[in-house]
Amino acid sequence: MSDVLALIEISHRGEIAASARGLLAAAARLGSPVAVVVSSEPLADDDVARLGELGAARIYSAVTAAASTVLVAPAVDALSAAAEAYEPAAVLTTNTADGREAAARLAVRTGGSVLADVVQVRNDNGTVVAQHSVFGGAYTVESTVDGGLPILTIRQGAIEGQAPAATADVSTASLEAPTAAAAVIERFNDDPMVSARPELRSAATVVSGGRGLGSSENFVLVEQLADVLGAAIGASRAAVDAGYVAQTAQVGQTGVSVSPQLYIALGISGAIQHRAGMQTAKTIVAINKDEDAPIFDVADFGIVGDIFTVVPKLIEAVKARSN
Amino acid sequence: MKIVVLVKQVPDTAEERKLELATGQLDREAGDNVIDEINERALESALRIKDANKGTEVVAMTMGPDDAAQALRKALSMGADSGVHILDDSLNGADTHRTAATLAAALRATGFDVVLAGNESTDGRAGVVPAMVAEYLRLPLLGSLISADVTDDAVRGVRQGEGGTLNVHAGLPAILTVTERFPEARFPNFKGILTAKRKPVTTLSVAELDIPASRSRTVVVSTAERAPRAAGRKLIDDGSAASELAEFLVANRLV
Ligand SMILES: Cc1cc2nc3c(=O)[nH]c(=O)nc-3n(C[C@H](O)[C@H](O)[C@H](O)COP(=O)(O)OP(=O)(O)OC[C@H]3O[C@@H](n4cnc5c(N)ncnc54)[C@H](O)[C@@H]3O)c2cc1C
Repeated sequence: MSDVLALIEISHRGEIAASARGLLAAAARLGSPVAVVVSSEPLADDDVARLGELGAARIYSAVTAAASTVLVAPAVDALSAAAEAYEPAAVLTTNTADGREAAARLAVRTGGSVLADVVQVRNDNGTVVAQHSVFGGAYTVESTVDGGLPILTIRQGAIEGQAPAATADVSTASLEAPTAAAAVIERFNDDPMVSARPELRSAATVVSGGRGLGSSENFVLVEQLADVLGAAIGASRAAVDAGYVAQTAQVGQTGVSVSPQLYIALGISGAIQHRAGMQTAKTIVAINKDEDAPIFDVADFGIVGDIFTVVPKLIEAVKARSN
Repeated sequence: MKIVVLVKQVPDTAEERKLELATGQLDREAGDNVIDEINERALESALRIKDANKGTEVVAMTMGPDDAAQALRKALSMGADSGVHILDDSLNGADTHRTAATLAAALRATGFDVVLAGNESTDGRAGVVPAMVAEYLRLPLLGSLISADVTDDAVRGVRQGEGGTLNVHAGLPAILTVTERFPEARFPNFKGILTAKRKPVTTLSVAELDIPASRSRTVVVSTAERAPRAAGRKLIDDGSAASELAEFLVANRLV
């Protein structure tokens, strides 16, 4: 079976990113997963065990001091070295800023092509086929690479399941300082530790708030409903622009795409750009005081009403039923 | 300082966008085509640098069919000094790699200190072209910025990462991509619209550029349309809607 490289993202604090599971699961569907990891310190035994658990048959551990001081270039160097060593059938990265930039540069360096924002993969008699969800899920497109290395950026949260566990073989390489011109990382500013709420991209339930919330104080209503439902928090761009909530909560065309079991839109009009990020949800609920709001066109259950009266009652009703 | 802003004409996201089912390519006839909003934000940040330093030259560059010239006109009417239009039938349906190789060659021919682009287009959403251009030109990329400060010989910026932000910097020349956290663009004023007509636009064909051949390309193998979603129940709240919704959630095992 051919090797498939997966660039595992490691936070600057040394934690393996949650995206590693989906990435290795996708790699296992295409071949034998090789986790490529770039870090300033050699990998700890725990990390090796964890990557094996997630399905890595082998680990290419690239160690360089530049890992936390130079932007993306160390990952590109590690991937090109690993691509030379393993001659993989494909290379996978996450569809994050880091992952995309590494994929893009690797494509130019190796003469490959990028298949971007991939939501599913399959191996068609040795051909790597990627599936994309286009225009907010209105289209499903499959693509391949003709000639050259296929490099896939995998949408976070899109790949379900986990690869069969393996005991990973580790080979360690020390990387030279990057020779290409690259940006320098001065400092990391971590987001304040968020609550125990589920991650937006993979949550089973998402409660989103829009401009209709009216203020960041009122946005607490979204959080309260989310918490009784064990949901992640989302938002419209208008709510983000107004400063009610962090940009990372934005759902839509230029934000996160989600496909939860349940999506609840509170005070969101349902602009086409918002719908592009949530209309593949299994069940959609909308509460909006404007009867003609376009969000109702995609809602399985709509309430024309004021969120400030309906939502507190809903919270009580859900609490009463779950007791 | 010379700043080149990469602009792309895309289908208006406010309308329903379509793919041609046979080819998987964008149906450019389905609706209005506009300059991508994220490129307007990139242009706006270039124009602010120019507002503060009169010697700054701002060039808008696009690759696209004939009517992509409209995107350049809009950029010129907003305040860009000149335009570059890479126009060649052989580029129809070009994938990200070919697009980047072409843009890199055109940028080399045009010259620049800074290249500004959007972090991702709203149609392709691949978000890889600027990094590919950076690799072709062997330049640093400061991608996905939420703010930037460009001086004569360097740029510092804040990048949106996973779980936080990063302060990054690089010397010039460099490529920067902006996110939606950058300010909205100004509207063209009347004078801008008038003077735009007199501003120079250079048209470049593939033959005029030194574009490295690529042996690799992406191929669409199938395109399927999903049935649109139908609206379900809609209640007008009379005081009982919340408990009905709770029942609906319970009945569907969603709580
Ligand atoms: C290129 C581009 C990309 C974009 N990307 C995104 C994106 O990723 N995500 C996104 O969301 N948008 C995006 N937008 C913006 C989008 O067009 C809309 O402007 C935005 O979604 C509107 O947010 P909203 O629904 O919260 O606000 P509004 O459209 O102002 O709607 C607020 C709603 O709240 C309702 N309301 C007010 N008070 C109450 C109340 N007390 N009770 C009940 N209902 C109430 C109103 O009836 C109204 O329907 C994008 C736009 C462009 C041009």
